[in-house]
Amino acid sequence: MAYIQGNTGVWEYVIGLEVHAQISSKAKLFSNSSAEFGAEPNTQVSLIDAAMPGMLPVLNQYCVEQAIKTGLGINAKINSISVFDRKNYFYADLPQGYQISQFYIPIVQDGYLFVKTEDKLEKKIRINRIHLEQDAGKSMHDQFPNLTLIDLNRSGVALMEIVTEPDLSSPYEAAEYVKKLRSLLRSIGSCDGNMEQGSLRCDANISVRKKGEDLGTRCEIKNLNSIKNIVKAIEYEALRQVEIIENGGKVDQETRLFDANTGKTRTMRSKENANDYRYFSDPDLLPVFVEDELINRLRSELPELPDAKIARYVKEFGLNQYDAEVIVADEEIAKFFEEASVGATPKIVANWISSELFAKLNKNNMELSDCKITAAMLKKLVLLIETGTISGKIAKSVFEEMFESGHSPEKIVKEKGLVQVSDTNTLEPIIDEIIAANPQSVEDYKNGKDKLFSFFVGQVMKQTSGKASPQMVNDLLKEKLSK
Amino acid sequence: MSSLIKLSISDALRALKNKEFTVSELVNSHIEQAQKNKHLNFYITETFDKAIKMSKIADQNYSEGKAKKLEGIPIGVKDLFCTKNVKTTAGSKMLSNFVPTYESTISQNLEDSGTIMIGKTNMDEFAMGSSNTTSYFGNVINPWKANDSDNDLVPGGSSGGSAAAVSSFSAMAALGSDTGGSIRQPASFSGLVGIKPTYGRCSRWGMVAFASSLDQAGIFTRNTVDSALMLEAMMGFDEKDSTSMNRSVPELVSACSKSVKTMRVGIPYDLMKIDGVNDEIIKMWERSIEIMKSEGAEIVDVSLPNSKHALAVYYVIAPAEASSNLSRYDGVRYGHRTQKENLNLEEMYIHTRTEGFGDEVKRRIMIGTYVLSSDQMEAYYLKAQKVRRLITNDFKLAFEKSDVILLPSTPSTAFKIGENQDNPLTMYLNDIFTIPASLAGLPCSSVPAAITKNGLPLGMQLIAPAFDEYNLLRASSAIERCSADINFVPRGF
Repeated sequence: MAYIQGNTGVWEYVIGLEVHAQISSKAKLFSNSSAEFGAEPNTQVSLIDAAMPGMLPVLNQYCVEQAIKTGLGINAKINSISVFDRKNYFYADLPQGYQISQFYIPIVQDGYLFVKTEDKLEKKIRINRIHLEQDAGKSMHDQFPNLTLIDLNRSGVALMEIVTEPDLSSPYEAAEYVKKLRSLLRSIGSCDGNMEQGSLRCDANISVRKKGEDLGTRCEIKNLNSIKNIVKAIEYEALRQVEIIENGGKVDQETRLFDANTGKTRTMRSKENANDYRYFSDPDLLPVFVEDELINRLRSELPELPDAKIARYVKEFGLNQYDAEVIVADEEIAKFFEEASVGATPKIVANWISSELFAKLNKNNMELSDCKITAAMLKKLVLLIETGTISGKIAKSVFEEMFESGHSPEKIVKEKGLVQVSDTNTLEPIIDEIIAANPQSVEDYKNGKDKLFSFFVGQVMKQTSGKASPQMVNDLLKEKLSK
Repeated sequence: MSSLIKLSISDALRALKNKEFTVSELVNSHIEQAQKNKHLNFYITETFDKAIKMSKIADQNYSEGKAKKLEGIPIGVKDLFCTKNVKTTAGSKMLSNFVPTYESTISQNLEDSGTIMIGKTNMDEFAMGSSNTTSYFGNVINPWKANDSDNDLVPGGSSGGSAAAVSSFSAMAALGSDTGGSIRQPASFSGLVGIKPTYGRCSRWGMVAFASSLDQAGIFTRNTVDSALMLEAMMGFDEKDSTSMNRSVPELVSACSKSVKTMRVGIPYDLMKIDGVNDEIIKMWERSIEIMKSEGAEIVDVSLPNSKHALAVYYVIAPAEASSNLSRYDGVRYGHRTQKENLNLEEMYIHTRTEGFGDEVKRRIMIGTYVLSSDQMEAYYLKAQKVRRLITNDFKLAFEKSDVILLPSTPSTAFKIGENQDNPLTMYLNDIFTIPASLAGLPCSSVPAAITKNGLPLGMQLIAPAFDEYNLLRASSAIERCSADINFVPRGF
């Protein structure tokens, strides 16, 4: 729970999110054309997508199944009958003059997700519904000064609209919710969750109120395309509303647009100018009938969902909660982790992933799939440490090398002669030499200057180019210095 | 006038098989007849050249013994059906230059059976009308004239061009579509058999939509057997239309010679009392009941109490769906776009649609938009849906005690062009007998049953339970048989 500090006291955030998740489907919701992202404009447009006269939609059953799976993932009710409605409005990139959606009876209702609040408490966020709908095309206003160009590739692509109740009470919770939902969608496979490409988009309904008061007037902020922007937009918008109210004004119910460049929201259309969408059931489509049998089959096909996976990593693998969460948050990382953990100690593998690997990926702005280090390579690296072949410190430089070259850790260790020196016969003379060369420090250490111990360790490491086994160096030094 | 144009489809097919004449001769004689009657304005687009080419192929098929079921039969196709590389206008300025790259399922089915299209027939704009006077391409004139007058009469609508093409012997059959009576009413006005099969029997894919929950393709012919032949070729499941029914297509030709003995014919006597129904129509109705009795059918009284609301329900639901279906004609991708420049998007829409649509279409878009608006939805659209269900239930009950229902197709004969024009409501009354079956999605026909004192044809309507086209044709042909002494040919033809 976070508050907005106003001049008249603290205000609460009331936030509801509508997430538009593009279903990972080869074909569109009502036509066979490809739903692939990034093709040349208007190359993936069927007669149906262009709303040619006499064309009729035919429901893509695969998309229905993805919505049901997602519904099961949020613990929701799957409606045995749902209906497609037409949402009527005119826009140049909406060829039919209506969007086919599910307004009255959606396929999924009454679900929830738990998210972690700032105070590390689990909070239940109710999800009102998931409905299926088709996406519009894209208007491009910036190609010519006096023309708008239309790309219909996206026209008809299948979306799930996932709508929460106004249960979110801070920008942080909103961000956590979207992350949680995204990881769920990815693990189910119903949406790739890619916000940059627009396969996950978010609208936020925001209002503010003093504690204990009734709900305030809300504004809808459209098309938030990153988690950062969701947070920024909510923060800005809530503050804007507080200022209006505290200055004696009234918040107008309206749809607003977030400008990522300025970090501000601005009016898109007021309530007076709101469209009357004239929703009515689409007479070209039959109701969607979902049998229990189908639900049961889809339930049995569900993969292990993120919450269960986190619990398992903590319980079975001994990971700490944080590492488990960050690893599970990304389906690909989780797979990578499990693969690397076969035969190696999972906790150590997890450490390498959550520290070194993430740091590298972030620094280079890379996805796991772009990275040269495979799960098998990381496993070997961890095994090299576990068997004492190399030290943890050396392992870090080996990891660097793996990341750059993609070579196997064994090869790197062998070629660069990095095998750990853990044999007493090699180390003892080196240590003796160092002790002999630093009588004053030995004296000081013996007189209680404990900190000097690490000086001696450092000297040994220097002499051995870091290859000395730290444990062995410790043991030998302690033994010799206490003499 | 070539005698070939007077042939029935079944006779023509037999003769073609026996090489009594060629397809080219048959097609040419119909083209000549169409040219002779061009003033009736039943074709928006003539496809004579293509037809001549196709008839040569058809002749070859006959000579090689691989003729298809309807090989060489010249037909008209309502300009509502999209035809590949042939302009398809829906009778509207909006689509006056629209050439589809695809062929509707129904016209494809017919082509696959060997029929030859000789023209796209005129129609009320977007199938909205009962007189074929709302077409951007001008009025269609009914070949029929009253005894005492040379006034031009309407052929009925919206499939008026299809009706006039067949009744003027310019095509052996013509495709139509029926949303609220657009086949049965013109069939009645033109002395033709017109049949609308069960909703879901004929694919709507590629048929320009008017009111999706009602639109159904159908056929005009000069007798029931010909209709049976055509319907067998047209009907069938199409996975491209989600509302198409996956049911096997019945054999229908034999139904036309099957006796109606022991068939139960329901008469909705309460509808006889409706105001504004012509006496001669009531007389025809009574005569038809006698015919059925004499043919051995059992006459039963059925009640369709909610049918009195059908007209009101229809004029809420059909415009509602139309207002949405016609939204796609926005000038952005195809069809008419205003020539005015320097407009913003909304202005472009307004000018395009103001210029592209006629009055009747605009009227219905406005009604439809109104009844779907959030303030009015409950009072109109949702209520209409409920009453529609009641009407459907009435039929269900009626069919518990009857196999087919018999009533007139229209409340009057063909009227003068221009009549009823200033009051849309009287125009809408034309559909009073046809709309109930449309709302219930039932198969129905209009069969010529009388000629008035004034010399104009009238049709009786038959309605059967869903998917019972067999009994529909069976009962229809009984009416036809007993009207065999009446010559349903317009004066001078």
